[in-house]
Amino acid sequence: MSIDKSMNVLIVDDYKTMLRIIRNLLKQIDFNNVDEATDGAEALSKMRASNYGLVISDWNMQPMTGLQLLQEVRADARLKTTPFIMITAESKVENVVAAKAAGVSNYIVKPFNAETLREKIEKVLGHA
Amino acid sequence: MPDAPTRLADGSSAKALSADLARISSRWPACDPDMVAEVVQSVLASMRGDLTRVESSLLNEVAELGRTIANARAEIAALQVDDITASHIPSATDELDAIVSHTAAATDSILEVCETLDGVAGTLDTDAAAVLQDATTRIYEACSFQDITGQRITKVVATLKAIDSKVGHIIATFDNREGRPTPKPLPAEESLLNGPQLPASAMDQSDIDKLLASFD
Repeated sequence: MSIDKSMNVLIVDDYKTMLRIIRNLLKQIDFNNVDEATDGAEALSKMRASNYGLVISDWNMQPMTGLQLLQEVRADARLKTTPFIMITAESKVENVVAAKAAGVSNYIVKPFNAETLREKIEKVLGHA
Repeated sequence: MPDAPTRLADGSSAKALSADLARISSRWPACDPDMVAEVVQSVLASMRGDLTRVESSLLNEVAELGRTIANARAEIAALQVDDITASHIPSATDELDAIVSHTAAATDSILEVCETLDGVAGTLDTDAAAVLQDATTRIYEACSFQDITGQRITKVVATLKAIDSKVGHIIATFDNREGRPTPKPLPAEESLLNGPQLPASAMDQSDIDKLLASFD
């Protein structure tokens, strides 16, 4: 299955440097339509106002965490099928279990490399 | 056959008396330790002739506890712990914040240069562009260290602040006889916000992948 790389991708992180890094890595694998949000609440607002083919989110943010954002997305009739990848430094078993229970599509632990990002995106969008 | 519990003169057990003492202590956390020691010593002085061996031993332990608390108080006062909360810890947290700020600025400069190089790559032939892009990709990956170190330093700052708070409570207990507030339990998700793990205890990406696959 070919992946439409012209889709809108939303990246969510409260750390602007990380947003910049992810945006550049996505650009290098030909995802050029990338939008940003700095916390879960802003991301949810953008998702409700627009259409995104993929969300890549950090976990540890305020006031709405990445997990809360994921739960809101999965509870929203229009957004619930949006592929959602968590990229986070939270790497305990209970974190992965909680994210999976909330419906995460895939989980990338920081620090990560470009190949892991590409592989997970292809896996998630290939199954979407 | 198990040993019978040690009995005191009034028929109660030494274990029960210890439990009573612990319960009383928890009810009066702000009680002046000097006062407790003085009362215990006074009681001991008046009762010694009527005590059994076990009672005497137990009360001596309590008296020793009182003396230990009094000594700790004197030692803490001699340490000038006010300096820790007034100067050392704020200074350490400021230094750590400065490290985060400076490394963030350096990382942004590096990223800016990489973005310029990516722009140049578009003007080169395919092979040269690929080499340049591979190099910038590795720099982007390496720059994510800033996020990780920032989170680690944030944890250290939080730990320092917790120590600061505990020292403050100790000072308050010994100087002002104020009780310690009961810590509030963490809301459910906060217990999941631990930040990056140290390499020895962290799961790597392959561990995460195996765990996720186990749900399918």
